[in-house]
Amino acid sequence: MAEATHAEVHRHPAPTSFIRKYIFSLDHKVIGIQYLLLALAAVIVGMIMSVLMRVNLSWPGTHIKIMETLFPQGAPGGVMTPEFYLSLVTMHGTIMVFFVLTTAPQGGFGNYFLPIQIGAEDMAFPLLNMMSFWVTLVGFVVILTAIFAEGNATVGGWFSKLGTSFAGGSGTVGPIGGWTGYPPLSALGPIAGPGQGAGVNLWVISIAIFCVGSLLGALNFITTLLNMRTRGMTLMRMPLTCWAWFTTAILALLSFPVLLGGGILLLLDRIAGTSFFIPGGLYVSGNTVPLHNGGSPLLWQHLFWFFGHPEVYIAILPGMGATSHILSTFARKPVFGYRAMVFAIFAIGMLGFFVWGHHMFMSGMSPYSAVAFSVLTLSIGVPSAIKTFNWLGTLWGAKIRFTTPMLFSIGFVSLFVAGGITGLVLGQSSLDFFFHDTYFVTAHFHLVMGVASIFGMFAATYFWFPKMFGRCMNEGIGKIHFWITFLGVYAIFVPFHAMGLLGMPRRYAQFTEYEFLKNSKGLVTFVTVAAIITVTAQVLFYFNFFWSMFKGAPASENPWEATTLEWIIPSPPPHDNFAGIIPTVFHGPYEFSVPGAPNDFIMQTDGENIVAEAGGSNGGNGHRH
Amino acid sequence: MGRLLGIAIWLITILSVWMFVSGKWWFPPAITTHGPQYDRQFLITIIVVGISFAAAQIGLGWVVWKYRDSGDKQRATYSHGNNRLEVVWTVITAIIFISLGIMGQRVWASLQLTKVPAGAYTIAVTAQQFSWNFHYPGKDGVFGHTDPNLIDDSSLNFVGLDDTDPNAKDDSVVATLAIPADRPVELILNSKDVTHSFFVPQLRFKQDLVPGMKIHVHFTANKVGKYELACAELCGMNHYKMKAYMLVLPQTEFDELVALPQAQFQARQAELLNKYQLPNY
Repeated sequence: MAEATHAEVHRHPAPTSFIRKYIFSLDHKVIGIQYLLLALAAVIVGMIMSVLMRVNLSWPGTHIKIMETLFPQGAPGGVMTPEFYLSLVTMHGTIMVFFVLTTAPQGGFGNYFLPIQIGAEDMAFPLLNMMSFWVTLVGFVVILTAIFAEGNATVGGWFSKLGTSFAGGSGTVGPIGGWTGYPPLSALGPIAGPGQGAGVNLWVISIAIFCVGSLLGALNFITTLLNMRTRGMTLMRMPLTCWAWFTTAILALLSFPVLLGGGILLLLDRIAGTSFFIPGGLYVSGNTVPLHNGGSPLLWQHLFWFFGHPEVYIAILPGMGATSHILSTFARKPVFGYRAMVFAIFAIGMLGFFVWGHHMFMSGMSPYSAVAFSVLTLSIGVPSAIKTFNWLGTLWGAKIRFTTPMLFSIGFVSLFVAGGITGLVLGQSSLDFFFHDTYFVTAHFHLVMGVASIFGMFAATYFWFPKMFGRCMNEGIGKIHFWITFLGVYAIFVPFHAMGLLGMPRRYAQFTEYEFLKNSKGLVTFVTVAAIITVTAQVLFYFNFFWSMFKGAPASENPWEATTLEWIIPSPPPHDNFAGIIPTVFHGPYEFSVPGAPNDFIMQTDGENIVAEAGGSNGGNGHRH
Repeated sequence: MGRLLGIAIWLITILSVWMFVSGKWWFPPAITTHGPQYDRQFLITIIVVGISFAAAQIGLGWVVWKYRDSGDKQRATYSHGNNRLEVVWTVITAIIFISLGIMGQRVWASLQLTKVPAGAYTIAVTAQQFSWNFHYPGKDGVFGHTDPNLIDDSSLNFVGLDDTDPNAKDDSVVATLAIPADRPVELILNSKDVTHSFFVPQLRFKQDLVPGMKIHVHFTANKVGKYELACAELCGMNHYKMKAYMLVLPQTEFDELVALPQAQFQARQAELLNKYQLPNY
């Protein structure tokens, strides 16, 4: 009965007008692609900012003509000021974490493939789904506005009319609080220095909007997965991708509201004179701050990291799901320890809510709570290790096909280990006495939540592109892209550890002031060169992506000989995914190389008795190529 | 492709491990009593990290080398896993990681979960954008009363010292931190504007200075010399040059210094800053 009702409710005819089909679409597939395009746009902004930062660190005083033209104030004569650098730090972090790492893996691939992989015709709430994207896009527009509200005197002038806390045009390209935006710096307004006016307000507003968009998405994912699985799609027959998106959605549902609340309080402190995060008795830039009293800077840190730590897993869990899925497909082997993988995903997700304090060992919170946070943090290494072992187990005895998505998945495993393992250092409160807020931390989180997640996304893109666009991406270009990127990201982020060992603090606009940093000069330049090469190589990816969309080799239904439901339908799929014929599932998601089966893969929809029937002849229901 | 990838992963592993064992990039030598214990804990941890990292990467490189599709008709091994193996490696990693976590509390406990040792010398530290103020209680050993409402940078009253308080008469507020060698030091950390962080690499110590909070910390330095103090929490545009020097002085030299009134205190510190040299990096 339930299924009949769902079919009634969720079947909506294919739209015909351009606007309803491609712009304000209710189709989860179109919305998924919209999220992907948003991430592809956002990541360009984030990458350009990172290159500008690297150039400033290696060759201070470099004249960059375009910066002079665009931001005559923040980069007089084309040379970056320290405050300009710090606003790049902030915007790079914010854009990458929210608009790249949180959108593409979940909103992009999750949106597109979760309904198909569980045999649903769409998401449970298509309208909410559409809203979640458009709300997120508004958030992105707001954060881009911050660049010009602070960086451009004219635009800044418009914002200044909204009140003191909106004062703009200070010559930065956004706020200078880092993506963590710690108050009181972020709460005090323009008296705390450049980049503390309109930029911060827009930054907070953008994040608050983003939280709303993510919440809408999370509700949708959870409902869809729990209620709309097709006949035979038991929880334990779901692809690991679905488990990852499901866990991610739960994390988002429980963590984003906390950030939303914190963001609203911060905004009130800035524009309404409240004192949630501002204590009394402050003296800033030569003036006392008489109107604030009783707030707690640590309150923000608790609220922020209560969100911020689960956010790390929001970024990487979908990558883990995609990697497990793709490794199994091209290893031609079932996932090793499927059940353990499911429990590990859940364990990582749940433990992720009890470790936020490890970001705050040096913050002045109770040193006793640090002990609990520290030991819990180290225990997160256990499910992470389970996953690593099982990935190696999946490859053991395999027959690996080295396609581009497979290369990126193997790269994911390598980078996840490299980045995750240093959590054993940073999770110890004692060792944070030295390493907290050094480049060792920057190395750790860039490898694990940054590039490992990105590798998960690259793998997913190369893997699902044929399904999404009906054409394959070019394998040759894909492989060159993999090699430069894989070697490049190691060349960038491994030396960060060495800088951390020297004690190099994060978020320094220059390293010239300290004798103890002088040995880092060679490393800093090496990293910059590696970063420029790696970022440039991404042109290959963009070219491959857009060129293949129109000129790539046409893709069949199941070009990778994979098993899950998206591969039983045409590429690209029809409007309601299954053209009205909802599939029934008989097998687990990773039945590769089953002895006695006619092929080395069994589709989830193949007949129950396919192995018995086979005996060398053609059995099953004909999904064979 | 499999062999190439295997070799690439091994090379990355070797280079990464080399970066740590070459000794070219390492901590500056520690100068506190908890330093050796800190360094030992880091060494143990980084060895565990290094072995786990290398084992996983070498394993990964080996499986991609070994199990590439060679084009024969043979199918891959059909296996859904092995519960006994899962239990074994879960238990082993749990024991190693959690023991490491518990061992990692020792240095923390010795500094953060213990009372200030008797005989410690106390200095109040007030950070501000983008400089440091070190408040010494003077000869009487009692801090003069301070009040944020009295802070006035233009008249050089950086910490709001109340001149009407008799205890304040012999106090000094200076921009260089001087501490005694081989004697526990207590710092009372506070900020008057935004959050900063006190970081001297050689101390193996760091602590945020949070407005509205007075955070008490203690440690014992044991090597005389001059060191750099850096701010480690983003505090605004000139964060990267919010620098001060820290002098670790022999006990007698220190006692003489802190007995001086403000003007001579500063003059003497300037001399001492010339007398001692930064370590060779």
